[in-house]
Amino acid sequence: MSAVAKRFPVRLDIKRGKVDMTHGSGGRAMAQLIDELFVKHLDNELLRQANDQASFSVPAGRMVMSTDGHVISPLFFPGGDIGSLAVHGTINDVAMSGARPLYLSASFILEEGFPLADLERIVASMAAAAEAAGVPVVTGDTKVVEKGKGDGVFITTTGVGVVPEGLAISGDRARPGDVILVSGDLGDHGVAIMSSRENLQFETQIESDSAALHTLVAAMVAAVPDIHCLRDPTRGGLATTLNELAMQSGVGMRLQESDIPIKPAVNAACELLGLDPLYIANEGKLICICPPQHAAHLLTVMQAHPQGRQAAIVGEVVEDPHSFVQMETAFGGSRIVDWLAGEQLPRIC
Amino acid sequence: MKYIDEFRQRELAQKLANAINKAVEPERQYNLMEFCGGHTHAIFRYGVQDLMPPNVKFVHGPGCPVCVLPIGRIDNAIALLEEHDVILCTYGDMLRVPASGRKSLLKVKAAGGDVRMVYSTQDALKIAHDNPERQVVFFAIGFETTTPPTAVAIKQAQAQGLKNFSVFCNHVLTPAAIQNILESPEVRDMGTVSIDGFFGPSHVSSIIGSRPYEFFAEEFQRPVVIAGFEPLDVMQSALMLIRQLNEGRHEVENEYTRVVTRDGNAKAQALVAEVFELRRAFEWRGLGLVPYSALQIKQPFAEFDAEKRFDVPTIRASDVKGCECPSILRGVKKPTDCKLFGTVCTPENPMGSCMVSSEGACAAYWSYGRFRRPADAQPEPAARQDSAQESAA
Repeated sequence: MSAVAKRFPVRLDIKRGKVDMTHGSGGRAMAQLIDELFVKHLDNELLRQANDQASFSVPAGRMVMSTDGHVISPLFFPGGDIGSLAVHGTINDVAMSGARPLYLSASFILEEGFPLADLERIVASMAAAAEAAGVPVVTGDTKVVEKGKGDGVFITTTGVGVVPEGLAISGDRARPGDVILVSGDLGDHGVAIMSSRENLQFETQIESDSAALHTLVAAMVAAVPDIHCLRDPTRGGLATTLNELAMQSGVGMRLQESDIPIKPAVNAACELLGLDPLYIANEGKLICICPPQHAAHLLTVMQAHPQGRQAAIVGEVVEDPHSFVQMETAFGGSRIVDWLAGEQLPRIC
Repeated sequence: MKYIDEFRQRELAQKLANAINKAVEPERQYNLMEFCGGHTHAIFRYGVQDLMPPNVKFVHGPGCPVCVLPIGRIDNAIALLEEHDVILCTYGDMLRVPASGRKSLLKVKAAGGDVRMVYSTQDALKIAHDNPERQVVFFAIGFETTTPPTAVAIKQAQAQGLKNFSVFCNHVLTPAAIQNILESPEVRDMGTVSIDGFFGPSHVSSIIGSRPYEFFAEEFQRPVVIAGFEPLDVMQSALMLIRQLNEGRHEVENEYTRVVTRDGNAKAQALVAEVFELRRAFEWRGLGLVPYSALQIKQPFAEFDAEKRFDVPTIRASDVKGCECPSILRGVKKPTDCKLFGTVCTPENPMGSCMVSSEGACAAYWSYGRFRRPADAQPEPAARQDSAQESAA
């Protein structure tokens, strides 16, 4: 990139420098930030063209598009950071239609005073995640807000993808008798984030499960094209996501608590904080609802994929005009697994 | 999880359920009040009532510290924020409790009030250290369990000479509340509420011991079993209560021996006695003014008393019209008897305090048990259906 060095004789001081208002003003400082930081890491042919848009051809078929804003605190956490999360989150939202994700865009809102070193770390992590997933960031935008008007950095990513022929995956397709599967241990991401929050530091080995799930989805839809629903249980966790699906499809659900995979360390952290792991966020897990005759085969396919080793069948779809999600507790009773009300707050005694 | 899963075993639960089924006299009704919100939560979260015979009924008591705090005290806390511009530190559950004028701490926070959610009194002290130019008030609530940590914080603040830290004390006492319920006309004379026995608090009793309950057991002739918060604890304690009732006994028994002793935690008691003294009376939501049922900060620590520092007035605010929290807290009514339940009052938009905390009877009914309302009951095996209807009836 010798051309870059010539355009800006004094290089960005990434080690000690900070974001200032000129980085969002549209002038040379912004051009330099884009060249020496964003393009340097996210580099690909489309981005290098430096147009205000990326132009590409897509295979014929049904396209999907999804967007996701990331405002996480803290920005760096065990197992990831806001950069990798912004890539994984949108890839997953696209993939939950069964689609093969193709391209991403990224919009950065930076707070004045944010260290360039942190920004570079985030962008490098984004680039690594996009590279590993094979889904490049092909266009982007940068804005800077005054100090105090943001929280370091907010990243919004948008993704597009193409759905293979013959799929009709949608949240309103769950039918009584269908089987509910999850792709692995629940609650890792939320607990990892909480363990690194300022007022709540506790030591745990738990890392965020942040991961791109599109190759898992590709394997699943190849094996069972008749999958009814896919969704990633992010905010609000398994409980909230199942309630969404139940309401969309006009059905009830019945879970078996003892079949739900949760790591002992996640259970322990939740026990201590008075939280329910069913409501804790995940960033690398999916819920799948499929006709009963395909469930066993699908489970085998999922368990054969690195992102689905701990996959399990956790319940079934039932008829219920109230769209309740109920659970047979491991203890032998039953209860409703309700929508999350407000923030999940710790109990006090 | 070690030391946890042992108390949630399905096989043992089934064995206990069989033992309870065998022990109950079929003609007899057993109304057992769990005082503590922790028990209410366990009963609903693990579905304990499904394992009980139809004639054993749990009556949910007032033992949720968030639920019993009267609106006036939350109005006071809001005034500290709005009029005195303090940093108010509070436990998470308090944030959503509705106050007068459709306010809550959460809404005041959104409007710019400096409310900080803390996990311990030590967090509040740290905030005071870090903000020397601001007044920091810890909104202290809870029963005997949360009182010793508040006492520690006040003593630390004194030792460190902190000038910007004070405590808005709302600590309340369990025995006074139980006595108040037992003496209420609904229980004593009118027989509207029949309470045959009590599950004694678990964490509270680890501090005060089992001795303080001996008076009620004797005076009101009701058995008390101190019960742990795990679902097997609740079932074992139910069995112990049923046996006492069958045998006509009314004693204090301790199921939670792994933590609770007869005399409790002497060190914690001494600490509390050093820093706090009894209030003449304190208003409880649902129970009204209850004599000698709460604590205030003693004179030698007066400079850390937010009520003195900011001249906090006594406010008698009325509950939302139609809200049955007061009756529900006394066990006179069930959440489903309230017209607001599930219509305008839900966990998303609580009108009364019982809908706020997961330990509150209304929130527990709503989140974990509302499908048990007879009209909504699922087709289930006959025995299950009976017990399900009973618990909602």
